[in-house]
Amino acid sequence: MQATTHTMPHAGVHEAHHEEQGFWRKYIFSTDHKVIGIQYGLTALVFLLFGFFLMMMMRWQIAHPGQPIPLVGWLLERVLGDVAAKGVMSPDLYNSFGAMHGTIMVFLAIVPLAFGAFGNYVVPLQIGAPDMAFPRVNMASYQAYVLGGIIMFVSFFIPGGAAQAGWTSYSPLATSIPTDGQTFWLVGMIFLITSSLLGAVNFIATIIQLRAPGMTWMRLPFFVWAQFVTGFLLLLAFPPLEAAGIMQLMDKVAGTSFFLPTGLAVGGELANISGGGSPLLWQHLFWFLGHPEVYVLILPAMGIVCEVIANNTRKPIWGYKSLVYSALCIGFLSFIVWAHHMYLTGMGTKVATFFQTTTMIISIPSVIILTCFFISLWGGSIRFNTPMLFCLAFLPMFGIGGLTGLPLGFAASDLHLHDTYYVIAHFHYVVAPGTIFALFAGIYYWFPKMTGRMMNEFWGRVHFWGSLIFMNVVFQPMFAQGMSGMIRRMADGGANYATATLQKQGVEVIGGLSDKMMNLHTMILWGAVFLALVQIPFIINVFWSIKHGKKVTSDNPWNATTLEWQTPTPPPHGNFAHAPTVHRGPYEYSVPGHSSDFIPQNETDKGSRQH
Amino acid sequence: MDIPYTSQPRPDTGIYNAKVGIWLFLASEVMLFGALFSTYILLRVGARPEDWPTGLLNVPIGTFNTAVLIASSVTVVMAWASLKMKQFNRFKLFQAITVLCALTFLGIKSFEYRDKFTHYEVWKTDGTRITGHLEGKPMFMTLEKVKAAGKESILFTPDLHHYSEGKKAMHERDHGDHKAVEIPVAQIKRLSAFVPAHSTYFAIYFTLTGLHALHVLGGAVVMAYLFGPGAKMWFTDPDRLTNRVEVSGLFWHFVDLVWIFLFPILYLL
Amino acid sequence: MSDHTDDISKHVRGYMIVGGTLLIGTILTVLASYVDLGHEWNIVLALIIATAKASLVALFFMHLISERQMIYVVLAFTAFFLVGLMFLTIGAYADFPPLTTTR
Ligand code: HEM
Ligand SMILES: [Cu+2]
Repeated sequence: MQATTHTMPHAGVHEAHHEEQGFWRKYIFSTDHKVIGIQYGLTALVFLLFGFFLMMMMRWQIAHPGQPIPLVGWLLERVLGDVAAKGVMSPDLYNSFGAMHGTIMVFLAIVPLAFGAFGNYVVPLQIGAPDMAFPRVNMASYQAYVLGGIIMFVSFFIPGGAAQAGWTSYSPLATSIPTDGQTFWLVGMIFLITSSLLGAVNFIATIIQLRAPGMTWMRLPFFVWAQFVTGFLLLLAFPPLEAAGIMQLMDKVAGTSFFLPTGLAVGGELANISGGGSPLLWQHLFWFLGHPEVYVLILPAMGIVCEVIANNTRKPIWGYKSLVYSALCIGFLSFIVWAHHMYLTGMGTKVATFFQTTTMIISIPSVIILTCFFISLWGGSIRFNTPMLFCLAFLPMFGIGGLTGLPLGFAASDLHLHDTYYVIAHFHYVVAPGTIFALFAGIYYWFPKMTGRMMNEFWGRVHFWGSLIFMNVVFQPMFAQGMSGMIRRMADGGANYATATLQKQGVEVIGGLSDKMMNLHTMILWGAVFLALVQIPFIINVFWSIKHGKKVTSDNPWNATTLEWQTPTPPPHGNFAHAPTVHRGPYEYSVPGHSSDFIPQNETDKGSRQH
Repeated sequence: MDIPYTSQPRPDTGIYNAKVGIWLFLASEVMLFGALFSTYILLRVGARPEDWPTGLLNVPIGTFNTAVLIASSVTVVMAWASLKMKQFNRFKLFQAITVLCALTFLGIKSFEYRDKFTHYEVWKTDGTRITGHLEGKPMFMTLEKVKAAGKESILFTPDLHHYSEGKKAMHERDHGDHKAVEIPVAQIKRLSAFVPAHSTYFAIYFTLTGLHALHVLGGAVVMAYLFGPGAKMWFTDPDRLTNRVEVSGLFWHFVDLVWIFLFPILYLL
Repeated sequence: MSDHTDDISKHVRGYMIVGGTLLIGTILTVLASYVDLGHEWNIVLALIIATAKASLVALFFMHLISERQMIYVVLAFTAFFLVGLMFLTIGAYADFPPLTTTR
């Protein structure tokens, strides 16, 4: 392998943007996609950690219901008051934490990280654009996200605490809980949705309009395709939830009955409302977003995995076109499968059949994508660096998550599995060791481009192996628990339904939760604790490497083909001195007869490259 | 490197950036209002006919407002055409008319809202219902507030027909004397102005028209900006200003288009 | 994109005509609502007129009659998903098994 890249003199770039920007303009109110990407990334990582802490406290409560939370119990009581009296998590607090864990993880952590951070930083670079098409809209998108995040965060401290009705916020429960948490949740969501819509418009317009000369559609890196489809999912699926959010807000503050039925009784009394609304309508509008949203979580992750795999197998990705068409299919189909979350609402057989069919069909393109990645490994001389390890783990982990979705997709088997820990295990396998692993890979992979330094390999491996093991310790047992009938969202972890408890009360039980299943809670708790511990090397690694990491010796330390590596490191404002011209597809690795084992997209056949 | 295609179209797509942006945004708006229209259909189909108020909105005023919006749609496109023909002063004129139309629309709409807030329905314990006005024309009165004020009865001027009797009754009986009656509080089950909480009809009416009014307001702000400080761009980058006017116009037409559906489904049917 | 000044002035006439038609359409909608065709047919008629008016706005004021393919594609997908949202949701309501009255 030869080091064919060299650091360009970037004089031209600086000439064009002479005026030096002040601190605020440069780092806080920046319109530069790279700065906004990093802003998104840091904020989202903070929320990711916060959401993780919420979950840790819940896991303690599940494993040891009614016992004071160690280390932080007193703090909770100090800050939140009675709901955490004596450091014990009350059921109300459990519900708040559960609802906010889901909300924060989905809307404030993963989506902003996958779409806002990586999309923002990488997409314009990969397509050879100077910035996003609408830089100020981009800034507004980030600001709306931060505002939404602040509103969500503040809601923990208002009287009555944060929303308690789950991340799905089903009516009438959501509107009947007499505290203001849900109102904050709805207002926060409206900001977050607005942020995503602004982002989506910007991404799609950028990809359509700002591709460099020669960057035809079929030369786009798969990551860009994934973000493109994701953009459309957000653009068209979020507005119905925004409408639903507005209506639930009206139910909450203006006393309307959009989602409240006639004759609704709350706390044993007939509610003073007009009635005539439909609780199911909320579910339809929620899941119309909810399902596409899960592909918003996974598609960018697949994009990252594709880039890293191609780069580290030093081979063209197998089946580029299949990947692209599969992603498009997924995007299209994900709009017409949503009611598979609603089989148990008394849905008729005709409609259920339709949704079962589309659900089965949509798993095909996912399988195709996974298959392409697996085949890409075949015969490669794989470089096992940290990003690649995370991607390699992504494949089976996502596989488990996806395959366990199939039994959920059939109404007959979903009857048993719906709302149990099996569902929790299913989607966490896709999102946690799936998406989050891919995001970790992305961080390790693009870190040198952002900072000019590598992250530490050894600690990267510690982080990887620890995460892989403990993720499985946490989530694997949940399949068993769910199949044995343990329902989700119980503040006592199911103790009330445990055979042991019931027998103590002298109740004859069939199918109570066995000791074996209940004891798994302890194992999961400690799995989660160790999972937290192995994130420490990662956090330190990120900050330490900014200053002390090994310096990169070229702009293209991984010897990659895509355009983001053909810029100076880190790329200046405006990215490229001149629009690069693209001459080839995204993954020309190990082309026979070529002097190096990779050909950057902007290299002409004669071997010259223009930056 | 500067961002390309801000004023000239990209050769292969044939469009400049902002136009792609606005159409994408409008696509999301279609889904937003589409979800609300779907809600309208479901609520309406789910409601008993006698619970779905009809004929309570003022049709002549609604018609006038529709005409105002249509007129503004014409002036908006004329403003753009004027720029294309390099007639800057004509552009300013049309742009000003557009903003005025928007404000007129909003003014009339707020008047209509006020009218509803002072118009009441009483559900009596014997199952009968009457609509009409309360003494002193208060807004947002409810049974709880009446009780909290310690009143034994209310003075109520009933309308001559109730909406559940249908349109025929309205046309036949709407002309006559109104006489105030006294209704003991003990006989009242529910009292509500025509506010969102009154019924699912008014819930969706206020949500749809309120959201629409916000769009009108937003459009008016943009139009006013392009009329005022934004117009200076004519002397530095006329093509880009023309594009901006076109793009804001597209948004404006969409707002008009939504109203074209809102008017019949809320006022007439 | 390549409209020249004289093309535009031709368009201007068109805009006026469309505007006039829309006003007439508005009056028609109102009048039609006073004719008793039976409730369903009143709804159908009102929606037909509204759709016609909306199409005029979209085609002429919003220039959809001669737009670029990219925009048609985006709008076609949007329309499809909107129809999906409306009809599948309404369909799910229509398909409740007998004896289930929950909505
Ligand atoms: C590949 C094929 C997949 C199929 C067939 C599938 C099927 C399903 C079904 C039927 C449910 C509803 C279960 C129930 O509530 O009873 C479900 C839940 C869920 N799935 Fe999947 N899924 C798949 C992939 C994914 C992916 C890729 C993600 C995310 C990245 C995901 C995330 C979720 C989430 C978050 C839920 C639970 C939502 C909740 O109730 O809180 N799924 N899945
Ligand atoms: Cu789903």
